[in-house]
Amino acid sequence: MSDISVLYDHPGPRARARNRILTVCFAVVLAALLWFIYARFNAKDQWAAAHWNPFLKSSVWKQFILPGLFQTLSAALVAMVLSLAFGLIFAVGRLSAHRWVSIPAGAAIEFCRAVPLLLLMFFLFFGMPFLTHKPFPAFWAVVIALTLYNGSVLAEAFRAGIRAVPRGQSEAAYAIGLRKHQLMRYILVPQATRAMLPVIVSQLVVLNKDTALGYIIAFPELLQRGGNELTANYGNVVAAAIVLAAIYIAINGAITIFAGWLDRRLAARGSRSTARAEAAVLDVATGG
Amino acid sequence: MRTKRVVALAAMVALAFSAAACGGNDNKTGGGGGTSAATGVVGKAQKDKKLVIGVKADQPGLGLQTGSQYEGFDIEIAKIIAKGLGVDAANIEWKTTVSANREPFIQQGTVDLVVATYTINDDRKKKVSFAGPYYVAGQDLLVASDSTISGPADLDGKKVCSVTGSTPAKRMQTDHPKAQLQLFDGYAKCVEALSNKAVDAVTTDDIILAGYAAQSQYAGKFKVVGKPFSTEPYGIGLKLDDKSSCNKINDILKAAAADGSYKTAWDSTLGKSGTPAPTLDASKLTNCG
Amino acid sequence: MHVFTDPENQRAYLAAFGWILKLTGASAVAALALGVLLAAMRVSPIPVLRGFGTAWVNIFRNTPLTLIIFFCYFGLYVNLGVSLSADLVRNNFWLGVVGLSAYTAAFVCEAVRSGINTVPAGQAEAARALGLTFSQTLRLVVLPQAGRAVVAPLGSVLIALTKNTTIVGTIGLIEASNEMKQLINDHGDAVITIFLVFGGTFVALLVPTGYFFSWLANRLAVRR
Repeated sequence: MSDISVLYDHPGPRARARNRILTVCFAVVLAALLWFIYARFNAKDQWAAAHWNPFLKSSVWKQFILPGLFQTLSAALVAMVLSLAFGLIFAVGRLSAHRWVSIPAGAAIEFCRAVPLLLLMFFLFFGMPFLTHKPFPAFWAVVIALTLYNGSVLAEAFRAGIRAVPRGQSEAAYAIGLRKHQLMRYILVPQATRAMLPVIVSQLVVLNKDTALGYIIAFPELLQRGGNELTANYGNVVAAAIVLAAIYIAINGAITIFAGWLDRRLAARGSRSTARAEAAVLDVATGG
Repeated sequence: MRTKRVVALAAMVALAFSAAACGGNDNKTGGGGGTSAATGVVGKAQKDKKLVIGVKADQPGLGLQTGSQYEGFDIEIAKIIAKGLGVDAANIEWKTTVSANREPFIQQGTVDLVVATYTINDDRKKKVSFAGPYYVAGQDLLVASDSTISGPADLDGKKVCSVTGSTPAKRMQTDHPKAQLQLFDGYAKCVEALSNKAVDAVTTDDIILAGYAAQSQYAGKFKVVGKPFSTEPYGIGLKLDDKSSCNKINDILKAAAADGSYKTAWDSTLGKSGTPAPTLDASKLTNCG
Repeated sequence: MHVFTDPENQRAYLAAFGWILKLTGASAVAALALGVLLAAMRVSPIPVLRGFGTAWVNIFRNTPLTLIIFFCYFGLYVNLGVSLSADLVRNNFWLGVVGLSAYTAAFVCEAVRSGINTVPAGQAEAARALGLTFSQTLRLVVLPQAGRAVVAPLGSVLIALTKNTTIVGTIGLIEASNEMKQLINDHGDAVITIFLVFGGTFVALLVPTGYFFSWLANRLAVRR
C-alpha cells in the first residue's frame, strides 16, 4: 500500500474535531516534556553561556571540530571505496558455480556480518601489534574494521541486486553466447549497481556513524576531538555532545536526502529491476 | 558508462582523502620492531633529531591539548629530556595517549617515550621500562566542597568514578570492592558527573585532581580530600630493554634538578595554583635494572 | 589456550556475554513495542503524531549510537536525575537498554512501515468499506499481514542490535568488547585465541539466528 491515506477515511467534521483535540493534547504533553527537560538542565547550569560560548569561537572550530570532522569523513569515504571492492568480489564469489569459491566466500561474509565492529577494532588496534610487533595506526584499524563489516553488507546487497535483475537478461545473454563471467561483467553487475546505488549511499550514513567508535581507540575523529579534548579544556561535556549530535544529524541527514533523490531519479529513469531490487535489498540496510 | 565515471571519480576523491589522512595520521617509525641494542631512543634522537613523545591531552596542568598546542608539567619535562638528548622542542612530535594504550604504544614503537602521568608499578615493568620518577603523586579523592567523605574507607556503597585501565581504577577494584566503581574513557566525564552529583567522588592522582579543581568553570565546587592513600611515582616510559637510554634520561633529570629547569617547569604550569615546586630526589631515580 | 583454562577468566567471559544477552533481550522487546507504536504514529491521521514519529526516526537514525548512550547517562541520569536502579551497574544496564531501545525502535519503525506498504491497498479499502476505524484497520487487517513481510528485516535488526550492545561498554559496563580488550592487554601472547573465542561466540550466536530468520521469512512469505 503505497498510498497510506487508504488507512483512514477523509476526516469528516467529527473526525476533524477529534483530531484537533488529540493534536492539542499530544502537543501539550510534548511541550511539557520539553519544558521539563529544559528546566532540569537549567537547574544544572547546562544552558550557562560559559558552556556554549566556546562554540562561537572560530579557533575552537578550526582546532578541534573541523579536524575531527575531516578524519571522520576521510575514514568513512576510504572505507566505502574499499568495501565496494570487497563487496563486489565476495558477492560474485558467493554466486559462483564452483563450490570451492562460493563456500569460503559465503563463510567470510557470514563471519564479518556476525562479529561486532568494536570487537574487530579492538583486535586490530590492540591485538595485531602483539603479532606484528609494529604499531597499528588507529585510522587503519577503523577503516579495515569498517571495510570488513560494510563489505559483507554490500556483498549481500549486490547478491540481492544481481538476483533481482530479470531472468530474461541472463537467458538472452546465454542465448547470444556470453559466458558466465562476461554475463556478470557486462549485464548483471552494472544493472545491479544502478539498483544498489541508494543502498550504497545510505550505507555511507552507517559508516559515518560507525567511525564514532574510533574515539574508543583514540582515533582523533569528531567525538574524540570534540567530546574529550575540547571538553577537557572547557568543561562543557553536555553542551559539546549536543553540538556534535547536531553536526552528525545534519551531515547524515543530508546524505540520506541525497540517497532519496538518487532513488527517485533512478526510479524515474525506469530501470525495471529497481523496484524488485528495492524489496530484496530492504532487509540488508537495517540497524547498522 | 556514466556510472563507471562516477564510481571512478568517487574512488579518486576517497583515495585523495586517504592520502591526506594517512599522511597526517600514520606514524611510520622507520625500521622494524625491536630496539637496536646499542642505541635505542638515544640513538634515534641523535640520528633523526626527532622524537615522538606520548602525552595526555585531557589533564589540565599536566598534559592538556589547547588547540594545536600541548601544555602542562609533563610537556615541560618531556621538553627538558628531549633537549638533553639533543632534540629541539620544535622537532618533538606529540602523540595523544590515553591510559589504556600507553604500554601498547611503547611496545609497538608508535611513540619513543611516554610522559603521561605514567605511574611506575611492577605489572607495567614487565612490559616497559621506566626512567625517573620525576614526581611522586598519591591517589586521592575529589569530592564536592561540602562533602563529608574523608578517605577511601568512607566510600563503601558510594559511587566513585575513574578511567578504564588506570591504576587508581584497579586499586579501587582490589582494595575497596564495596565502593561502586563507574568507569569512563576520560576524566572530563568523571568530573562532569561529579559536578552534577551523579557520583560521589572521582579518584585518581592528587595532582590530576588538583588540575581539574583549579579550572575556572569548577572554581569553588570541589576539594581534593588531601589524604593520599598510595604513592604514585611518575616515570618516563620507554622500551623494555633500552637500559642506556634509561640511564641517560635519569642523568638529564638529575641535571634538571640541579640547574633549576625542573623548578621552572613546575612554576610555569602547576605552580600557578600556588603550590611550591617539589624537590626531585635524585637518590630515588630507578636504576634501570 | 591457557587463558581460558583459568576459572577467573572463564567467569569474566561468561559474565561479559551474560550482559550482551540481557541487553539484547530487554532492548529487543522494548524496541519492538516502541517501533510498532512509532510506525502507527507515522501512518496515523493526526499530523502532530506523524511529525513526532518522523522526527524520532530522523534523529535516531542519523546519530551515532555512541552519542545516544552518552546522552542516556549524562542527559537522563546525570542531568534529569532519572535513576533506574540504586546499584551503579544495574543503573548503567538499564540506561543502556533505554538508549538501545530508542535507537533500534527507529529501525523497527521503518521496517514495519515498509511491511505495511507490501499489504495490497485493497485490504485497507475493504476494511474501510466495512466501517473499521483507523486503529481497527491497523490492528486487525494490516499489521498481521504486514508482519509476514516484516520478519526478514526484523531479523537483521535483531542481529544489528546484538552487535550494538557492545557500545554500552562506553559507560563502563564490562561487556564482551571491554572484557576482550582487558584480556588482550593482560595476555598479549594469546591475542588470536582470545579474538577467535570472542568473535566465534558472536558468530555462533548470530549466524544461526540469521538462518533461522531467513527460513522463517520464507515460510511466512505471502505468495501473491
